[in-house]
Amino acid sequence: MKAASRTVGLVIAMATLLLAFAPSASAAAPRASLIEIEKEVMCPVCGTLLQLAESPQAMREKAFVRQLIAEGKTGAQVKDALVAEYGDAVLALPKGSGFSLSAYVVPIVAFIVAAIALAFGVMRWRRAGSGGGRGGRGPAGPKGEDADRLDADLARYDL
Amino acid sequence: MSVRSSIAVLAVLALVGLLVYGLVQKGSSRVAVGEQAPSASLPRLEGGGDGSLAQYKGRWVLVNFWASWCIPCKQEAPTLEEFQQQHGGTKFTVLGIDTRDLTDDGRSFTQQYGLSYPQLRDGDGSAAHSYGTTGVPENFLVDPNGIVRWETPGPVDEQYLREQVEPFLPQEKS
Repeated sequence: MKAASRTVGLVIAMATLLLAFAPSASAAAPRASLIEIEKEVMCPVCGTLLQLAESPQAMREKAFVRQLIAEGKTGAQVKDALVAEYGDAVLALPKGSGFSLSAYVVPIVAFIVAAIALAFGVMRWRRAGSGGGRGGRGPAGPKGEDADRLDADLARYDL
Repeated sequence: MSVRSSIAVLAVLALVGLLVYGLVQKGSSRVAVGEQAPSASLPRLEGGGDGSLAQYKGRWVLVNFWASWCIPCKQEAPTLEEFQQQHGGTKFTVLGIDTRDLTDDGRSFTQQYGLSYPQLRDGDGSAAHSYGTTGVPENFLVDPNGIVRWETPGPVDEQYLREQVEPFLPQEKS
């Protein structure tokens, strides 16, 4: 009798463990949501995000997305289906491959080049600034006759 | 010119080039009467494979841009089918181009209205863009040499087709 109740207890414990792990298994492939997808795709006719579009074409596109979600498709699968129907331009953000990758790479490269150019510019400016003057600091003062005249003027005004 | 100046000029030219490219890509000019009609290859709406306007060289073709979500297209479709029944053959055909539409919606539309003329699919709207259309429906009459002879934005009705398109077509059906 004790052995039987122990077995029942073990089965209940295993079932509880399985139930506890079930949500994490389903979380691995989250279902798509219309609200999220609407923010990431375009209405090709209106040229705006699907989220903002109310045209007849946008209504059909939304219905298509809803249908795919109801079929259990993931966000990526829904977007692939939209690209198959309307082409790459349906994606609000360019793809991270092929020529579209340049949309991400070019701004970063441009930023790095600008930063390097700015750094070189600052270095040159500082080097040029430190070329003359006393102790290598500050701008070069007047020399020769100019210096004598300046000293005389300063003396005259008692400065 | 120093190396530094050359680099600066090249950078400015590249920037201007990019801007011009962007403007050209965005804007599209409408195909005018007397110009060659674009004839890019497109998938067929039904039956698989590709098709293009070029396949109908030697025939007059009424190119009709439409979409299932377009209400005027629903009013126009029976008129075009009737026109095809009257004039379609070896010398003339209507060629439908379903643009920026879902494939299944397009197929349902052709079945619902019993459209017998050939249909191509322009999902991303590139063909409509190449003709410079601004919406749907739009119609272009192309002669046997691929030259646009007549075009109109908006739907056509029976009277419009009889008065504007029929005079171009050969008298006998086939």
